Amino acid sequence: MSTPSPEPLARIRGLHFRFGPRVIFDGADFDFARGKVTAVMGPSGIGKTTLLRIMGGQYKPDAGTVHVDGVDVPRLSRRELFEYRKRLALMFQNGALLTDLNVFDNVAFPLREHTNLPESMIADLVLMKLHAVGLRGARDLFPEECSGGMQRRIAFARAVALDPMLVMYDEPFTGQDPINLGVLARLVRKLNDALGTTSVIVSHDVAETLDISDYVYLISDGKVAAQGTPAEIRASGDGSIRQFLKGEADGPVPFHVKAPEYEADLMGEAA
Amino acid sequence: MNHLIDVVVAFLRGCGRATIFLGIVLAAVPAAMLRPRLLAQQVYSVGVLSMVIIVVSGSFVGMVLALQGYRTLVGFGAEESLGVLVALGVVRELGPVLTALLFAGRAGSALTAEIGLMRATDQISGMEMMAVDPVRRVVAPRFIAGFISMPLLAAIFSVMAIGVAGGHLIGVQLLGVDAGAYWSQIHAQVEFTDVWNGVVKSLVFGTAVSWIAVYQGYHALPTSSGVSDATKNTVVMSSLAILALDFVLTAFMFEGV
Repeated sequence: MSTPSPEPLARIRGLHFRFGPRVIFDGADFDFARGKVTAVMGPSGIGKTTLLRIMGGQYKPDAGTVHVDGVDVPRLSRRELFEYRKRLALMFQNGALLTDLNVFDNVAFPLREHTNLPESMIADLVLMKLHAVGLRGARDLFPEECSGGMQRRIAFARAVALDPMLVMYDEPFTGQDPINLGVLARLVRKLNDALGTTSVIVSHDVAETLDISDYVYLISDGKVAAQGTPAEIRASGDGSIRQFLKGEADGPVPFHVKAPEYEADLMGEAA
Repeated sequence: MNHLIDVVVAFLRGCGRATIFLGIVLAAVPAAMLRPRLLAQQVYSVGVLSMVIIVVSGSFVGMVLALQGYRTLVGFGAEESLGVLVALGVVRELGPVLTALLFAGRAGSALTAEIGLMRATDQISGMEMMAVDPVRRVVAPRFIAGFISMPLLAAIFSVMAIGVAGGHLIGVQLLGVDAGAYWSQIHAQVEFTDVWNGVVKSLVFGTAVSWIAVYQGYHALPTSSGVSDATKNTVVMSSLAILALDFVLTAFMFEGV
């Protein structure tokens, strides 16, 4: 299979991470190429969001290295971490918009917090970002007045307000209707290419994610189960990849959680 | 026995965590003071919006005190001392304590629920990821607003209870106590120390309620029941803290008397 470009923006090696007794990553390696859209896919609860939080410095790995643009993320002090985070954006699954601010102020939030730009310039920048996501006309609404799809687009606009080097999307397509889904997918691609940024998408929406990605990682059991271009992934003959891509209930990834024999359980004989 | 030890250890651990959190909040206070607009918004929502309940409660407490006090005093022909009875009761005790209890129920619970919901909806994590310190941006302004608002609300409570609706309306207008006697007795008997002690109490209560409210909200579990538990904890813990602190402060204040 092909490998990403030799100088990735983010490089993760030998990642180990556990929540209590539950092993999330057990020696996983990732490269996220500059200027590309890379997808990390896998079933729910496999640790995709955790990966983004590790890259954002919210969680520290138990072992392994995480380098983003040459920065050794787990070793940053709190002050250095905040400086580092100014250069990246994480779009949360639910948008995480500030509910006491309207759409305009939400997008202006990072600009007002981190720059000393005059208000007129902030207004121009905010309107440009809102225009890019098609919501210039919704600037005075509050988040609760917007649909789920609009909230994600507002979160897109806010995520790219400071022109970050890396944008990480956590399940950007979950729970969206087909129109919104297509709109959001095209936006991810468009924003990545227009801003020259690097994007990481964590998702289990197979078709849309493969359509807009340059490179794909499939994770399973704490490790990278497969990687390659979307075409290579689609052409793979591996059983667990086919099961995931086709959405089959049973296969190498079992439908049933490990349990005693069904009959013994019903008869009350299971210990 | 083991269970009791576990409970005590958990309580002490909670106190330790809350104290560390208070240190972090206090460290963020100077930066928050440089954002007057944010601060004004919080003083409005914590303080100004609590005024209705404080004004109404202050009035009724003053009215009840005046009715009860008059019945007792008139038996001794001492009804002209009604003003002193109402004023000392309100300034020393009822003003700060009742205001703090109402403040915990109205503003403290709202602070906890707001911060807890921000946690549950990833707004706090979102700020951290945008390199914005949520303690500085969210917690510190609310904490300062509580500290500033509490003594002012206690003052409004006392003015309503003694001067306006409460003592004066019932004592002077309804029961016929001489207005000159009512006010001159207050002037002669209520000392600056009484007022000052009331201010100190309300500052201490304001700090305690705000501290408990922001701590509970910031550390609420990010679920519906987590936020509900945190809100309940704020009201219960604040109320107990207010009554216990009131006893301790009163004991110290009257030590030399």
